[in-house]
Amino acid sequence: MELLAFGKTGWGDELFYATLMTIAVSITAMLVGFFFALIFTPLKLSKYKSLNLIGNFYTTVIRGVPELLVIYLFFFGGSGAVMYVASIFGYFEYIEINAFITGSMAIGIISGAYSTEVFRGAIQSIDKGQFEAAKVLGVSKFVQFYKIILPQMLRLAIPNLSNVWQITLKDTSLISVTGLVEIMRQSYIAAGSTRDPLFFYSFAAVLYLLLTYLSMKLINKLEVKYSRGY
Amino acid sequence: MDFDLMINSFPKLLSATVITLKLLSASLFFGLFVGLLFAILRINKNIFINKFAYGYSYVFRGTPLLVQIFIIYFGLGQIEYLRTTFLWVILKEPYWCAIIAFTLNTGAYTSEILRSAFQTIKPGIIEAGKSLGISNRIIFYKIQIPIAIRQSLPAYGNEIILMMKGTSLASTVTLLDLTGVAKYIISTTFKPIEVFIVAGGIYLFMTFLIHNFIKYLEKKYSFQ
Repeated sequence: MELLAFGKTGWGDELFYATLMTIAVSITAMLVGFFFALIFTPLKLSKYKSLNLIGNFYTTVIRGVPELLVIYLFFFGGSGAVMYVASIFGYFEYIEINAFITGSMAIGIISGAYSTEVFRGAIQSIDKGQFEAAKVLGVSKFVQFYKIILPQMLRLAIPNLSNVWQITLKDTSLISVTGLVEIMRQSYIAAGSTRDPLFFYSFAAVLYLLLTYLSMKLINKLEVKYSRGY
Repeated sequence: MDFDLMINSFPKLLSATVITLKLLSASLFFGLFVGLLFAILRINKNIFINKFAYGYSYVFRGTPLLVQIFIIYFGLGQIEYLRTTFLWVILKEPYWCAIIAFTLNTGAYTSEILRSAFQTIKPGIIEAGKSLGISNRIIFYKIQIPIAIRQSLPAYGNEIILMMKGTSLASTVTLLDLTGVAKYIISTTFKPIEVFIVAGGIYLFMTFLIHNFIKYLEKKYSFQ
């Protein structure tokens, strides 16, 4: 137990901050994912074949390639890509990107592919009559989306989005390979310096279980909120 | 774009794919048995057996695969007693540790898939078997299991693809699988995009094959 003490003697406070880091990366990645889903869902649902192709390319490639490979691409290629863009604007110094940004971008793009599929499914399962009724009543496209489609879509999407959240949360453990100090990396450091890997990795597993358990509780509440009237 | 590098790295990556496929097939093979075992425990009426099976699947589905590999590869070696038993022959090899972790992980997901398949079998089918005087054992082996396997094919296909992606984590315990070799080439040449295209292409091709194979099986064993 003294291994988990707070302060200089134990690893309690380090692991606590690492847990906060995991939560922060997961939330950022999820939001980045929503942003990508917002772009690619309309592409996938578009009438135009070429736009469909772009949308399908994104979801197929990201969901068919291991997460770790995507993270390596961002880790080794991220600063190169940013420096290339910067060089166009006449900036030639070395730019190092923070591990947090690299990690949440990489996980965000992965999570976005899953979110896109969830949103596509949810929109497609809304009754066509809803769109038609909105049109007949002369509701503008904007209001139609925000006041009619979105509330119904969220109800259908929340159970699947909770799966995406779980996947995202677990995927953040892979960012430890880039050196960002989240739960997995902190456990690695602690295990290395105390030579007690069994304890620290098991404790990491408990922390992840706690996070998934608590987030499930929270999401269930949301689910109840958005299924009012059903 | 460095096409020479892409062409040169292709054979290296292809030979690493063999390890990925070995890891995948071994863990799927053992995982199917573990999954079937725990699915049967899950539908057991005894509350302790039931809760135990639920606990197993909850823990393995609620924690990242990376943690599971690390516990098995780095953690278990710490127990002095294990080092003296024959198990140590297996547990000191990263290859077997990875397979054990993957097996337990895919076993947990497979048990959930099979459980839901068992539970969606229409009671009428079992009743029909009973009224024909077929024994409970034969109903289970010849009626329930085949129907459950057919029902779970689409979900199991997804699990195979997820597991194929999961095998990339073997590279974190020093194994040189497809991702491991890709990372090695990237870190020596600093050409991430080229290597990503080749390695990603191989992974996508495997996904494509698995997807179509499952589709073929679904069609072949459809109820119509």
